[in-house]
Amino acid sequence: MSTETPFSEGTDDIERKRKIGQAFVAVCFASTLVGIVALVALIADVIYESWGWVTWEFLTYPPSQVVENFLPDGRGAGIYPALVGSIFLIALTAVFTIFLGVGAAIYLEEYAAESRLKSFIEANIANLAGVPSIVYGLLGLAIFVRAIQLGTSLIAGALTLTLLILPIVIVSSQEALRAVPDSQRQAAYGVGATQWQVIRDVVLPRALPGIMTGTILSLSRAIGETAPILMVGAATSLFVAPDGLTSPFSAMPMMIFEWAGHPEPEFQHVAAAGIVVLLTILLLMNAVAILIRNRYDPRS
Amino acid sequence: MTANNEPAEMTPNRRGPESVSTSEIDERRSASAAADDGPLGSPRVSSPVIESRDLDVFYGDTQALHGIEMEVPERQVTALIGPSGCGKSTFLRSINRMNDLIDVARVEGDLYFHGKNVYDDDVDPVALRRKIGMVFQKPNPFPKSIYDNVAYGLRVQGKDDGDVDEKVRTALEQAALLDEVEDQLDESGLDLSGGQQQRLCIARAIAPDPEVVLMDEPASALDPVATSKIEDLIDDLAEEYTVVIVTHSMQQAARISDKTAVFLTGGHLVEFDDTEKIFENPESQQVEDYITGKFG
Repeated sequence: MSTETPFSEGTDDIERKRKIGQAFVAVCFASTLVGIVALVALIADVIYESWGWVTWEFLTYPPSQVVENFLPDGRGAGIYPALVGSIFLIALTAVFTIFLGVGAAIYLEEYAAESRLKSFIEANIANLAGVPSIVYGLLGLAIFVRAIQLGTSLIAGALTLTLLILPIVIVSSQEALRAVPDSQRQAAYGVGATQWQVIRDVVLPRALPGIMTGTILSLSRAIGETAPILMVGAATSLFVAPDGLTSPFSAMPMMIFEWAGHPEPEFQHVAAAGIVVLLTILLLMNAVAILIRNRYDPRS
Repeated sequence: MTANNEPAEMTPNRRGPESVSTSEIDERRSASAAADDGPLGSPRVSSPVIESRDLDVFYGDTQALHGIEMEVPERQVTALIGPSGCGKSTFLRSINRMNDLIDVARVEGDLYFHGKNVYDDDVDPVALRRKIGMVFQKPNPFPKSIYDNVAYGLRVQGKDDGDVDEKVRTALEQAALLDEVEDQLDESGLDLSGGQQQRLCIARAIAPDPEVVLMDEPASALDPVATSKIEDLIDDLAEEYTVVIVTHSMQQAARISDKTAVFLTGGHLVEFDDTEKIFENPESQQVEDYITGKFG
């Protein structure tokens, strides 16, 4: 230990700095752990609470005020109208957002010239992404339900959710378009392609995985939103599934909110079962997003 | 291309004062060359395909090219050489108006293609680029099959009604690539080696049969073997096409070109002449210094 080596000078200092480094790693690891543990605990608790309550009947029957009906040997009660409502809602929202969001992103990224106005618009889109969802709910209520007279309908709910996620979809689609190498655009311009041909043949195919990933992740945020559809007046418990664009609807988050408010303790199990269904759909959508990203990446 | 690496002693005056006296220039210039600031040399080019007249290019407030005067002869290889930031790529890109794609770029002066100013309002840059193909510094094939890469130009130009297969094969053959990829036309162009990718890009550029092929340092990202293949190919291409090539490598310019234009820092075309003349007996001292490696 005490033998002189060319490196013995300053060893204490190195050792001390290494200790600080290790302490830092420990703090970072602990931070990671808090998030993961909380999430795992939450999911474990929900699954535990809902164990035995998620049955085929739960998925296919309308809700009931009588908690015994939800039991596997009961008369049958469940989340069906809200499940169908959520799926319709998200499908409609997807159609609106893809056209509006991707359209806006293409315009801003490919066509609009750099200008103060463009920077102003972009800054505001980024700000809109941070507006609380209840505000979008109020906007939806004022515009779609009242002003355009769509009433408390599926389409009013879908348009409101579209407004909510549009900023995120625009920003993420812009990112995807920006990530297309300029050399690809130039290659197409170089052989005499028009701007539309360049965008259609080169830019969009290359940006599509990124656009789809961003859009699907936004949609899975929308499917879990309660506040906006609460504002536009989605029903808490509806006994039939929606059958048209203008029919009233319920959605899973509303249904879960309703069940969680019931005084009977058994309804906590019903609410947990609803959460499991919602989470499953959410995870499925995210899985699809990852699949699309991996599969349609033209570089692979 | 940045202009900030110019040597300190190179002030951006139009003509290096140390090079050649004005009287000498006047003696050597043909009587018809009227412009005051044409480059030294300036060989007579009969019926040029491209003529540049007092062409200035600006990027924002920075002037990248100063009054470029030159003619590009038909079915020959014209090389543009010079140090980094000298504007040679900028000049190349102003020929097929690729500079239009840069928001801050602005062009003044005239550039004629068969006597028609390509910067006239009635010229569609897309139509122009269909006459003047381009090959870029880094191979940039599309993430499509080899076949679709070559056919792309034909498709966007609406020339895909005839025998596309035949045109694709001809282009690949002209690009000296057909033998290597004949059995894998359906495979991705990205799976080829760098040199093959660049020849694929050349095939893509010539498939729609342009008149001029612009090449922006087409071999600078390639190894020596691939480079020599590209050079042989350029030689062959000049039988059918007018080729304008930007290159960093003076040896390459000397090997493959008929005419050479030397751009020096600040975006000035200093001397333009037959390649042999430029490399053996340039008129400008600056060009001689550059050629012999004293700077640049």
